[in-house]
Amino acid sequence: MEQNQTSRRRVTNPITGFLAVIGGWTVNAVQIMGDFGCFLFSIIYGIFTGLNRRTIRELFIQMYEMGTLSIPVVMLGGGFIGAVLAVEAYPQFKAIGAGNRVGSVIVISVVKQIGPVLTAVMLAGRLGGSMTAELGTMRVTEQIDALRVMAADPVRTLVVPRVLACIIMTPVLTVFSDSIGILGGWLICVGVEGVRNYPFWHYAQTGMDMFTVLVGLIKAFFFGLVISTIACYKGFRCGNGARGVGRACTEGFVAGFCVILLANFILAVMLNNIYIMLWPNQPSIL
Amino acid sequence: MPITSENSPDGPVIRFENVHKRFGSLVVLNGLDLDVPADRTTVVIGPSGTGKSVLLKHIVGLLRPDSGKVYFHGQRIDNLPEKEFEPIRKRFGFLFQQSALFDSMDVGENIAFPLRQEGGFTELQITETIHEKLSIVGLAGSERKMPGDLSGGQRKRVALARAMSMNPEVLLYDEPTTGLDPIRSDVINELILKLQKQFKVTGIVVTHDMASAFKVADHIVMLLHGKIVYRGTADEIRNCPDPEVQRFIQGRASVAELDALDRL
Ligand SMILES: Nc1ncnc2c1ncn2[C@@H]1O[C@H](COP(=O)(O)OP(=O)(O)OP(=O)(O)O)[C@@H](O)[C@H]1O
Ligand SMILES: [Mg+2]
Repeated sequence: MEQNQTSRRRVTNPITGFLAVIGGWTVNAVQIMGDFGCFLFSIIYGIFTGLNRRTIRELFIQMYEMGTLSIPVVMLGGGFIGAVLAVEAYPQFKAIGAGNRVGSVIVISVVKQIGPVLTAVMLAGRLGGSMTAELGTMRVTEQIDALRVMAADPVRTLVVPRVLACIIMTPVLTVFSDSIGILGGWLICVGVEGVRNYPFWHYAQTGMDMFTVLVGLIKAFFFGLVISTIACYKGFRCGNGARGVGRACTEGFVAGFCVILLANFILAVMLNNIYIMLWPNQPSIL
Repeated sequence: MPITSENSPDGPVIRFENVHKRFGSLVVLNGLDLDVPADRTTVVIGPSGTGKSVLLKHIVGLLRPDSGKVYFHGQRIDNLPEKEFEPIRKRFGFLFQQSALFDSMDVGENIAFPLRQEGGFTELQITETIHEKLSIVGLAGSERKMPGDLSGGQRKRVALARAMSMNPEVLLYDEPTTGLDPIRSDVINELILKLQKQFKVTGIVVTHDMASAFKVADHIVMLLHGKIVYRGTADEIRNCPDPEVQRFIQGRASVAELDALDRL
């Protein structure tokens, strides 16, 4: 025992030990990325080849459970964020004598940034957690093995409907969140701060164009993909027992949350560059 | 160690050749060889945790061997890709040790699942199959119940009904009588016998229930330390001189195991 420890101490001199840890992480990360890549590929392949009556029925059930039942919470979140935005922004605008123009900044921030990201984060908690837990429990109780034994591909029967439902419903929910967010801002500006209706909506409208709306929806689409694929992946690879499922849910949420923020940044830069390419004379609106 | 050479002319249905399987550092199957004859019931016995369930999962490709080969009707299956395994899996029925019912579906839909997956059955045929299989396992009228509302023994019987629903040619039973009362166990034993005699189903039964083993077995094999250590007919195993086998079939604890208790 003692001998064992001294020999180990000799091996782990700080530099090689540090390198070994870094190397271990790298190998691990590459492995997970590869595994996730294969999983993603089988989902996409399944979406294009594996739709049948059963998966379509499951798709509608999932769209109801994920989408329709999430509307209240998403609207609540959106409404309060829009209101808070107005509370913070209006005094600043008023100070420079531009109180009437506050509508445009509220609309742009809600539709392009806050609406999609906030909706995605709420859905990552609400849907991601339940997807991971459901699939993880199915894996632990051998239901996924049972599917395979009965010649039903688990990815096609379970994952494809969930991912499709999430991709479809996230943009829809984002629209709900955006609308209530704008109304929340309106309520504060017009109802509390005394901006008049006409200038509020006039400037709100000048801030918006098709591209702004499209940016929000494209983001929501990718967020839906991120949430559902990560959650399903975590469920399929979860460890044993109740603890395994619980841990998979936490890891799934954290990973989903980080990837949403990262994807938001990358998409914002990309879409902004596209905007500059298409309309070079307009000011950048990042 | 007596080996019966009573093989059907067209060879074994399932054959394991020198199969090794380990999980991390835990060696579960260690050079396992096994022939499962057609139209017969082979019972696998062995202590808890020796890898009986792992053995069954290799037959339907839920687990793949680290090395060695698995054959089904002479065709090598252990290296088949998932997609090509599907037609072979359809010829099997698998009763999971923990039942593995789909808990989002009711009992009827669970039993209908393999039929709907296969396609080409009318709703009437499906309803009739559900009713028929449920009556066989003594649960007629439970179609609309959810698996979560059933007892462990009831779930097991629904799982058996589901395993039978496509009338497979090979049925793999992982502890079919565990958790059932003695009378219900006997009904299941008779069912296994009847499926074998009347419908020529090849059966592999994993069980700890020696009464059931002696009743349904054409052959009994004992799995220990990752290998088949004994193989024979029910009578042969009763008269087997090997003390390890005798201890197991009579359910006697070893001296070492009793010593551990004495230290309490
Ligand atoms: N997927 C897996 N990953 C890791 N270890 C596993 C896995 N499946 C089985 N094992 C291990 O393999 C060993 C054999 O398991 P198995 O379930 O086959 O035992 P068994 O003979 O069926 O026991 P019992 O009679 O209690 O059901 C156990 O120690 C188990 O922990
Ligand atoms: Mg077992």
